[in-house]
Amino acid sequence: MRAFPVIGRLSPNAKTASLAALMALAMTGLGFAAVPLYDLFCRVTGFGGTTQRYDPVAAAAEPEILSQTVSVRFDANVSPNLPWKFYPEHPTDTVSIGARDMAIFIAENNSAHPVVGTASFNVTPDQAGKYFTKIQCFCFTQQRLEPGQQMRMPVLFFVDPKIMDDPDARDVQEITLSYTFHPVDEGKKAS
Amino acid sequence: MTDIAATAPAHGHTHAHDDHDHDTPGFFVRWFMSTNHKDIGTLYLIFAIVAGIVGGGLSGMMRLELAEPGVQYLSGWAHMLGGAGDEVAGKHFWNVMITAHGLIMVFFMVMPAMIGGFGNWFVPLMIGAPDMAFPRMNNVSFWLTFVAFVMLFGSMFVPGGSGNGAGTGWTVYAPLSTSGSAGPAVDMAIFSLHLAGAASILGAINFITTIFNMRAPGMTLHKMPLFVWSVLVTAFLLLLALPVLAAAITMLLTDRNFGTTFYDAAGGGDPVLYQHLFWFFGHPEVYIMILPGFGIVSQIISTFSKKPVFGYLGMAYAMVAIGVVGFIVWAHHMFTVGMSVNLKMYFTAATMVIAVPTGIKIFSWIATMWGGSMTFKTPMMWSLGFIFMFTVGGVTGVVLANGGVDTNLHDTYYVVAHFHYVLSLGAVFSLFAGFYYWFPKMSGRMYSELLGQLHFWIFFIGVNVMFFPQHFLGQQGMPRRYPDYAEAYAYWHYVSSFGYVIMGVGMLFFFVNILYSLFAGKKAADNPWGEGATTLEWTLSSPPPFHQFNELPRIA
Repeated sequence: MRAFPVIGRLSPNAKTASLAALMALAMTGLGFAAVPLYDLFCRVTGFGGTTQRYDPVAAAAEPEILSQTVSVRFDANVSPNLPWKFYPEHPTDTVSIGARDMAIFIAENNSAHPVVGTASFNVTPDQAGKYFTKIQCFCFTQQRLEPGQQMRMPVLFFVDPKIMDDPDARDVQEITLSYTFHPVDEGKKAS
Repeated sequence: MTDIAATAPAHGHTHAHDDHDHDTPGFFVRWFMSTNHKDIGTLYLIFAIVAGIVGGGLSGMMRLELAEPGVQYLSGWAHMLGGAGDEVAGKHFWNVMITAHGLIMVFFMVMPAMIGGFGNWFVPLMIGAPDMAFPRMNNVSFWLTFVAFVMLFGSMFVPGGSGNGAGTGWTVYAPLSTSGSAGPAVDMAIFSLHLAGAASILGAINFITTIFNMRAPGMTLHKMPLFVWSVLVTAFLLLLALPVLAAAITMLLTDRNFGTTFYDAAGGGDPVLYQHLFWFFGHPEVYIMILPGFGIVSQIISTFSKKPVFGYLGMAYAMVAIGVVGFIVWAHHMFTVGMSVNLKMYFTAATMVIAVPTGIKIFSWIATMWGGSMTFKTPMMWSLGFIFMFTVGGVTGVVLANGGVDTNLHDTYYVVAHFHYVLSLGAVFSLFAGFYYWFPKMSGRMYSELLGQLHFWIFFIGVNVMFFPQHFLGQQGMPRRYPDYAEAYAYWHYVSSFGYVIMGVGMLFFFVNILYSLFAGKKAADNPWGEGATTLEWTLSSPPPFHQFNELPRIA
């Protein structure tokens, strides 16, 4: 207590109450800290089908290409508030595990004014999220479409060969990659 | 609850002195600016009874609507309360009723009665303290709770989306509570939760300080009555769980009003995060509601078996264990949001572990009665009813703990039956038990044993007729929170509504009993329960003096 002379001067009741109040404050802080922590947790563990982002610096070597293949389905959705048409060029693709593949999504702005959109994404089954790695994606940035403009947007990805070592994920035959485009409201910022 | 051989100060003349010579304040100061733990406890109990009448009345309206298939009354009720009289407003009013019933019963009936009422009244008495550590903060807690209730009640009359009132369910899940409910009603309901939460956190700090610092000489932690232990554990749960709720619903407010997207996928948020935060609070919350009940029942079983509680230390630390484990099982409320098998396995196993300390408590109560000299007065009947009901609810809880089974039963009437067995029949039975047990001490008058027994038996039959058939409805697939249903569910819904009527008749005996006892009840002795009642409150007069323990009792 010598390090904190203020605490030393408090009555026993005030001391206990201050400690209790500190606990409550700490839990409030943890409540808000849950937002970035949950985000971090999802990105690290692929929780809820959160996909991975390829980091060329951290990646030691190019992934090995295996003989097994997996079918990837592409799913495209648009928020009701966004006047866009949005669809994959091909609904499915079969890729070798470890091999890079490119899928094209097409978006059209059907409205009479320019609109900015951003895409949220995940994969199912959930346990594939940890291994579905994107090298490049239109979902990393916001997209702006002029009235009537059509845009072809690529996604460059591979399925990490480590999926074969995971007993929960190695029998996955088909992965669905799903996108939903939302309008970017100037007032709303990503939290 | 070891034997307490207390040498209480001769209160015979001390309390007469305290009562009349100084500082019994006038009516307004005594009841509106109260700093006396017993008066604040009384205020809390009156408040809880009033809130219970409102919440219970709402459930009566719901059982009336559910008695037959089809929607009969909702639109008319919505119209009567000043909303539009169309079908949409009627169905919205249904959502408002389920929301209000849940919030009122949890935050404004069970919690104020258990913690604010009995906790305030008897924690200082049982540990031999003159009052709570922070009497003024105690007063602030009560009036914050009162304002919170007024706020929630008011929200029923302002727009909340497709009609008047907050129709989000007591869980206030996003996005229904954010983009799905325009208008000030949900903001008011959220703010009401903020106030009630702040009140409970202040109360928790008060209880922790009181119990740690103000025990009479000789009253070690391991000699404290189990009710005090239960309030101590509850206070810690409140302190750790409620701030998380406050954070979660504050983010709801900013999502609603200030354009943030914590729970909105469009801006990078996630509505499932809200569910995690809510249930991180919500699961400890159910133990907050039941733990003081455990404490009350322990005192009563011991008193009416004329034996100390079997396995006192095991009982105390079982409550601590329930409190600790209660913080790491929250996701069993959300098995259907999409979880890996491993995660479901963890939450299933952790949830089932709670059955162990709970089982310790149930068996210790039974062992306390074993070989005891039992009398079956009204408080004892309610306690026995509590053990029976809570065990039934606990068993269905173990069923629901299975992630696989829950996928089928999630959000069905099976869940409704389960949590009403542990709360409406568990927590409420322990509340009635405590009310009858301590009524002579609090009022100085004996209740009517006949009316008390009638209240118990009719209520017991009523709630079982009401809630047991809901297990069948749930297994047949009846979803919760719907005002209408297919013909196939009509039979058991009708039986369930009939059970409500029986229960309502039982409640009449309760109110008649209170009025009769207050005005015409026999004078209660200091200790009307005899040698089994060993805790310190029975060494005082009935009712206790305005200020007690000016000379601290010594516990041998």
